[in-house]
Amino acid sequence: MLLRLRRHRTAVVGLAVLAAFIAATALASAILPYDPNAADFDHVLLRPSPRHPLGTDQLGRDLLTRIVYGARVSFLIGILAVGMSALLGVPVGLISGYRGGIVDLVTQRLVDLMLAFPGFLLALTLIAVLGVGVTNVVVSVGLATAPVYVRLVRGVALSIKGQVYIEAARALGVPEARIVARHVLPNCLAPVIVQSTLQLGTAILTAAGLGFLGLGIRPPTPEWGTMLGEGQTYLFSSWYIATFPGIAIFLAVMAFNLLGDGLRDALDPRMKLG
Amino acid sequence: MPSSLGLYLLRRVALAIPTLLGVTILIFLLIRAIPGDPARVIAGLTASEEEVQRIRVELGLTRPIHVQYGIFLKQLFHGNLGISAVTRAPVAEEIGLRMPATVELAISSIVVATVIGLTAGIVSATRQYSTVDYVVMGVALFGVSIPVFWLGLMLMLLFSVYLRWLPAGGFGGPAHFVLPTIALAAFSIAIIARMTRSSLLETFNQDYVRTARAKGVRQPAVILRHALKNALIPILTVIGLQFGALLGGAILTETTFAWPGMGRLLVNAISSRDYPVIQGIVLMFALLFAGVNLVVDVLYAYVDPRIHYG
Repeated sequence: MLLRLRRHRTAVVGLAVLAAFIAATALASAILPYDPNAADFDHVLLRPSPRHPLGTDQLGRDLLTRIVYGARVSFLIGILAVGMSALLGVPVGLISGYRGGIVDLVTQRLVDLMLAFPGFLLALTLIAVLGVGVTNVVVSVGLATAPVYVRLVRGVALSIKGQVYIEAARALGVPEARIVARHVLPNCLAPVIVQSTLQLGTAILTAAGLGFLGLGIRPPTPEWGTMLGEGQTYLFSSWYIATFPGIAIFLAVMAFNLLGDGLRDALDPRMKLG
Repeated sequence: MPSSLGLYLLRRVALAIPTLLGVTILIFLLIRAIPGDPARVIAGLTASEEEVQRIRVELGLTRPIHVQYGIFLKQLFHGNLGISAVTRAPVAEEIGLRMPATVELAISSIVVATVIGLTAGIVSATRQYSTVDYVVMGVALFGVSIPVFWLGLMLMLLFSVYLRWLPAGGFGGPAHFVLPTIALAAFSIAIIARMTRSSLLETFNQDYVRTARAKGVRQPAVILRHALKNALIPILTVIGLQFGALLGGAILTETTFAWPGMGRLLVNAISSRDYPVIQGIVLMFALLFAGVNLVVDVLYAYVDPRIHYG
């Protein structure tokens, strides 16, 4: 599988970009001389220069430093949100697909309900109810994407259920819980891994969107979307404040998309697009 | 047969009703789950306890929750979405003022996304693994990875600030539509192009396409009349779903371009904790999306005669 992934050149590019982000955040305090949150009113809105390669913002904070530290926040939110929606969606999808009947019916109607909210709106509504902050962004984005996992895993469970080996296990008297855990779940893993990689990109985008609207993480914590939103005010005079965090979001999301596409081709040839 | 189509439509609408009812329950419960006392918010911090209690009774907050929901639903059917906690204007009126701007933006974006996405997908599929194909798919990858709000700002920087070709924001003539439409459509263009390409490539391997080719039907006719027609179902599904994504994206695009639509109203309402307005707009968005899904379902029946109106 790794070999197949390695042959996928674009996936390697995605992996390299992600590795660069992780290396930069790990080394942040060692390589960057500035504090990401300390205001420096003698150096506000400086254009990119050798001292500040990406310039400084309205509070005189070095943008490169904030973007590198922001990667930590954005990746953490992405990973936690995707983890949460997978932990929620996978078991529900398994039970819904394997059990069928009334359980399936009720679950699917609930999923329909959540999918009746167009895209970004569900996460936004949840934030409106929960209020801003790291935990609430994770919960909102995580809950909003959970239906994707329910649908995905249910589909796999449905197709596996009728297989002969499941029937054999059942005939042997293997408990249902064990059948689901031992035989159905492993079949879901490949699509779940692929989906999670792609969802990481989506989660980072959604969280950044909330931040852009001023409904994400509380300042001064550096978060890409929030930085972009703040930069919008200075767009006409200081273009760099909004531009660079956006490039960071774009690169991170693209990296996850490339890696996800590559993983899909390597892990699950049936899902191959074209 | 028009009568069976009418029946199909009716049944499809009937099927959407439980989901829509569920949506109203969900929104109703979500808004009431918010910590804090809405009566206190409306009365203001300086109001006396009696005053707050009076508003509580007036709003029906002292009654059991299912009774409150019943009242809410009844009002909803009468087009009454309550009163804005901030402006004191009827929510339905506020939404009515701003909905056209959002719908116009969403429609112009889905049209642009469909035209460009379909064309790019067809070009890509007919020249699989060529340079053009790689370029289109590369651009599509950009499209799905670019944050819509950032793309909006960058377009604004280039075309409004530096080139001064187009207005930087606001609502007005056709020129005002160009940048927000492109920004909002980008993601959908990419998704539709990808779907068109893969769906077409799949039909190219079908026997009837091979037969048509063998008969000597010209390439454009093969693509349009034989392959595309059969590839349309998944493409239509994606376009319908993209309309939902567009409505969500419109919230961000409207904020970027100071577009006077429902999205910006929603964001302002969230910031000022104007819950009746939040409730009303979220409902309207869900309703719009349900309407689009309905249209897509009807289009299925038109595109694919194999689908029975049943």
